[in-house]
Amino acid sequence: MRGRTVLLALASLILLWQILAWIVNLSILPTPWVVGQTLIRELGRDLPGHFLASFWRVFASTLLAILFASPFGLMLGQSKPLNRFFAPVIYLLYPIPKVVLLPIVVLFLGIGDVSKIFMIFLILFFQILVLVRDQAATLRPELIQSVRSLGAGRRALFRFVYLPASIPAILTALRQSVGTAVAVLYVAELFATQKGLGYYIYLKGSNLFDYPAMYAGVVAMSVLGFGLYFVVDWLERKLCPWQFAS
Amino acid sequence: MIQVKNLSFEYVTGQPVFLDFNWSVNKGESWTILGPSGCGKSTLLYLVAGIRQALSGEILVDGEQLMRPRPQSGLIIQDYGLLPWASVRENVALGLEVRRFYGPDGKHAPIDATLSEYDIDYWLDQLGLTNQSEKFPGQISGGQRQRTAIARTLVLKPDLLLMDEPFSSLDAPTRESMQNLVIDLWKEHDLTLITVTHSIEEAAILGQKILLLNDPPNVSANVIENNSFGKAEVRSDPDYQKLCQILREQLSR
Repeated sequence: MRGRTVLLALASLILLWQILAWIVNLSILPTPWVVGQTLIRELGRDLPGHFLASFWRVFASTLLAILFASPFGLMLGQSKPLNRFFAPVIYLLYPIPKVVLLPIVVLFLGIGDVSKIFMIFLILFFQILVLVRDQAATLRPELIQSVRSLGAGRRALFRFVYLPASIPAILTALRQSVGTAVAVLYVAELFATQKGLGYYIYLKGSNLFDYPAMYAGVVAMSVLGFGLYFVVDWLERKLCPWQFAS
Repeated sequence: MIQVKNLSFEYVTGQPVFLDFNWSVNKGESWTILGPSGCGKSTLLYLVAGIRQALSGEILVDGEQLMRPRPQSGLIIQDYGLLPWASVRENVALGLEVRRFYGPDGKHAPIDATLSEYDIDYWLDQLGLTNQSEKFPGQISGGQRQRTAIARTLVLKPDLLLMDEPFSSLDAPTRESMQNLVIDLWKEHDLTLITVTHSIEEAAILGQKILLLNDPPNVSANVIENNSFGKAEVRSDPDYQKLCQILREQLSR
């Protein structure tokens, strides 16, 4: 049912694109049919390499952000003094659009993978940190005490309370920021690099004027964003069934 | 079962909640602790649970000085303390999972603890939760949540059951049936039971003996014997009504 409505929406969007392309009738807006053919052709060339480069950057930064932000968020959420100390810092840093830091990050970390991974890491880190912190703060002392009364010490509390409590917060954070992450990845890949979908799109469009290939790149980047979103959605249903129980 | 000797405790320096306080509970008794809010009744329960530490004096449970929560004591709190992400069954199994996690080390779990999945089904059945076992706490009623919390504690076969305002967020009919259930369980399973409550009626229903606390500091234990305890139709018994009257007068002093 859900899958079918999504497919229906996809079909309508492609149809709309097709109609627009007919009306506009310019080389800068090729039809979905042409773009689809180009996409299949490009998949046999260098597009998969660019796709994997982009995917790797998002994947690595997501993993790093989860590993660093969730324990820190849990600590802040459970310790009022620590949170009092860090809350103003986070308050100041959280709303800054991280993408404007890109030139600085490139200056410090160079033009390689590290600067790109760090950029996306920054965005996800704050999102996860804030959501896990707020989630951990809702774990009232009474809940912790009652689990302690069942014999749980520090390690068991982590395993049976803190870890399962932070998973939904991490997934919500990822769902909210995966779009931003891919957008920033695109911008980051416009900077001095020869790999990644951002570079690919820019190269095909602005340098080679190969518009169908440029659109194929845009489609690939959308697939990347949608794929990540879909995975997060699936994980949420798999790992947090209690949130969907009526 | 419990000896509280020369206990002193304070949250704020110079404002003791308990000062040189003595109290004792025999094995198999059912006690209630009654008092106005802020009198320290929950504090006393958490001290006996080993979750809070005395400033001075000592608390012996089953002959041993209490340094940390004792694996044979069960604690039940007002808002159930259930894990929202775990099903009723998983919540009931939580204590067993924790014990399996550590193994029988004598610190987190009794040395002689035996683990059995069978016990989970038994307690789900005893508390009428078999049909709810796959649901999440958010999907069941308050009474069912509290029954889940009780099953989770009793599956660990405690010898001492501590309850902090266990039924105060339930509606009156559910509360009465839960009180009857607890008395039945207490009779069947050789428990020592201590219930903290701010309700005079609940204190008179659940307490063989009632420890009355008043505005701190509490220096001596004011214990009232309950002659109506365990009677059939206790709520309409004249002794019960007289007791409630006495408690009401003592509380408003």
